[in-house]
Amino acid sequence: MTAVFPAGAMRSDQGVPFDPAAPSRPQRASLLERANPLAKLLALLPVTGVLVASMDWVSSGIVLLAAVALLPVSGIRPLEFLRRAWILVLAALVSAWGTALVGEDSGATLVAAGPVTLSEGSVMAGLATGLRILAVALPGVMVFITTDPTDLADALSQKAKLPARFVLGSLAAFRLLAVLTEEWRTVGYARRARGVGTDGNLVHRTGSWLGQAFALLVQAIRRATRLAVTMEARGFGAGERTWARESRFTALDAWVILGGIALAVLAAGLSVATGSWNLVWA
Amino acid sequence: MAIIGAEQTPGFPTTAPHHCAPAAVPRGARVQAQGWGWKHAGRDRPAVAGLEMDIPAGQRVLLVGPSGAGKSTVLHALAGVLDGGDEESEQTGTLLIEDIPAGQQRGVAGLVQQDPESQVILSRVGDDVAFGAENLCVPRAEIWDRVRGALQEVGLGPEEGITLDRDTSRLSGGQKQRMALAGILAMRPPLVLLDEPTANLDPEGVLEVRDAVMRLVERTGATLVVVEHRLDVWAEHVDRMLVLEPAGGISHDAAPAELLAPGPVRDELAAAGIWVPGYVPEPVELESRALRRVVEHSDEHDPRSSSVSDASNSAVLLTGTGLSVSREPRTPGWRRRFSAPPAPAQTDLDVELDGGSAVVVTGPNGAGKSTLLLSLAGLIPVHAGMLAAGAALKGPRGADLPDDPFRWKAADLVSRVGTVFQEPEHQFVTTTVRKEVLYGPQHARDPRSGERLFTDEEAEQMADDLLELLGLTHLGEMNPFTLSGGEKRRLSVATVLAAGPDLVFLDEPTFGQDANTWAVLTGLLRRLVAEGRSVVAVTHDRDFIDVLDARVVALR
Repeated sequence: MTAVFPAGAMRSDQGVPFDPAAPSRPQRASLLERANPLAKLLALLPVTGVLVASMDWVSSGIVLLAAVALLPVSGIRPLEFLRRAWILVLAALVSAWGTALVGEDSGATLVAAGPVTLSEGSVMAGLATGLRILAVALPGVMVFITTDPTDLADALSQKAKLPARFVLGSLAAFRLLAVLTEEWRTVGYARRARGVGTDGNLVHRTGSWLGQAFALLVQAIRRATRLAVTMEARGFGAGERTWARESRFTALDAWVILGGIALAVLAAGLSVATGSWNLVWA
Repeated sequence: MAIIGAEQTPGFPTTAPHHCAPAAVPRGARVQAQGWGWKHAGRDRPAVAGLEMDIPAGQRVLLVGPSGAGKSTVLHALAGVLDGGDEESEQTGTLLIEDIPAGQQRGVAGLVQQDPESQVILSRVGDDVAFGAENLCVPRAEIWDRVRGALQEVGLGPEEGITLDRDTSRLSGGQKQRMALAGILAMRPPLVLLDEPTANLDPEGVLEVRDAVMRLVERTGATLVVVEHRLDVWAEHVDRMLVLEPAGGISHDAAPAELLAPGPVRDELAAAGIWVPGYVPEPVELESRALRRVVEHSDEHDPRSSSVSDASNSAVLLTGTGLSVSREPRTPGWRRRFSAPPAPAQTDLDVELDGGSAVVVTGPNGAGKSTLLLSLAGLIPVHAGMLAAGAALKGPRGADLPDDPFRWKAADLVSRVGTVFQEPEHQFVTTTVRKEVLYGPQHARDPRSGERLFTDEEAEQMADDLLELLGLTHLGEMNPFTLSGGEKRRLSVATVLAAGPDLVFLDEPTFGQDANTWAVLTGLLRRLVAEGRSVVAVTHDRDFIDVLDARVVALR
């Protein structure tokens, strides 16, 4: 068997040419998608570091603004972004509300209704909490959406030199998760057909849910065992291997990492300059 | 892992596991077993014992035997994936591939297993096929040549519209098996091992895979060992047939034409449940009160008595008009509004099911056969149209039930509509075989009073009868998950029949079953229909359709 097609002559399922470094990888459209997954993770580090270190709304606000500004570069459609991130937005709102309610009151009282008091101080603390959660989470969501799991595995094993056995095992398990979500539904139908009700009181429902979870667990173990045999039968295991797809660092990746550092410096700098820098352990 | 014997066999360098060195392997490998046996950890008896065989390089061998004969164990041992690290498992004798013990070398044998889903490793077709070659240290540039060639060889090339980045979860079962074959082809192993690779496929998929295999061995000259119980698929294409006895080594060894010619060997194989070509087993005649219709009397004083049905055979059980069916939930959550809901698998279907009818739903992959089945069975909601259970299905006690079975409680559904899933394990809800059969009758309720429909004695009686009928009595205290494939299938049917539903749906009930289980199953269903209960099955099994004399509904 010899090469039948010149590399790159074929178009992918998405109608775009393939990446020359990995003939199974479609050429990505957006900048963030084209960046190496490891570079994106490295860029996240200093930014997250700053946000974890300081509890203030200036640094969080800057990072959040940057994230929103980067949306067009990431190639994520805003609605798609909302669909993936809505639970985090909700979590941020709930935390903001909670902090505003129970936070230490200071400054002018805004609302006082029975035991509930909202003061300027507690509202600001709530805002800072909410912003901080969003600022930590949303860039992560962006990296997650723009990163293909296979590309991440390639980067982790080829560039970060993590053991192939661990990385590829996780990748295969990750794929199995998608199969299992489908199986969860099937098991649910199958159990209803047997007369297992999902109605009734909470105890009954919990019991039924646990039963279904157990049934899925059994299936998951069976699948995983068979998959392990499949992988082993294809020579997977100890020892060296080659990589069909090359994980590469390009100039873009340098810019991505620099961008991350610059954003971290800017956020911390402005926060210090405006006097709102507030180290959590200080 | 040590490469024992690598030096003694010049001209056959093995693929060294610890450093990347290009390996030159022969076109076909010779396989020898000398008194080989294997006992799995924790088992009393060996799975295989006293195996003697000598397969010359490039030969095509069909390995057959009754279930439990250890065929898969032999293949797994040759593929080097038997858990030899477990100290409790015992190996006797020798099993050699090109004079080197199997299991001490990688990349020499390629294995394709039965379940297409667990053959898929990665999410893009090209990556999945490249996986084995990567593990064998094939240089990058060469890998992609091999991947493209292998995919074309198995008919998954760009001509078929399959690109290297195709999502592997979007492939059909037959395509997945061919992709697994391509993955092995890219490793260029001198020995190809197939463990019932077509058991879960529709007839088209079976031929696709078989033809791809034959092209592969033709082209590469690899030795082929196939385990399969449907012999007609392979018999004409192999050189030699080996019959494996449970823990007794090889009992017959000859060309397929010789062994399968009318005579004692053919009869012996057929009796062991092996599908010899041109043989359709006679459905077993079954007679039991457990199969009779449970007819509810409207008489309040005697609500639990049952009797043989007499005149209600013509009653309409279920009607559907203008049905659209889809697996996706009907009312999408608000998050789903951002993406358009997928088109239904089938639209505008009219269905009428009478008592005492046998119906088979056929159609190509992805036509929505199973989806239709789940919808009619009241397990998923229909997307459009009207689905209504007739008074005959509801019964006098269920007169107040809603028309749409999907809106019934599970406890009301189980005594009216039964569904047998393709994978029996999905339906097991208890810890023993006996409890499994008792579960349905113990949970069926009277929709009006919420009282149990069957007394304990009735449930026990039903369970005893069904276990007896299906030959499962001796397994009563076993865990359902530990049964053999045929036993699981019979149990899953028994559990669904136990609560006495008038309407039974089955999804590919005969997939992967040996001829003996098939005969019991078809006999049972035929009896049900004769009793006035109705059977609807999704299947591609021509013989099943014939013996049930079923009405065929072909979906497009």
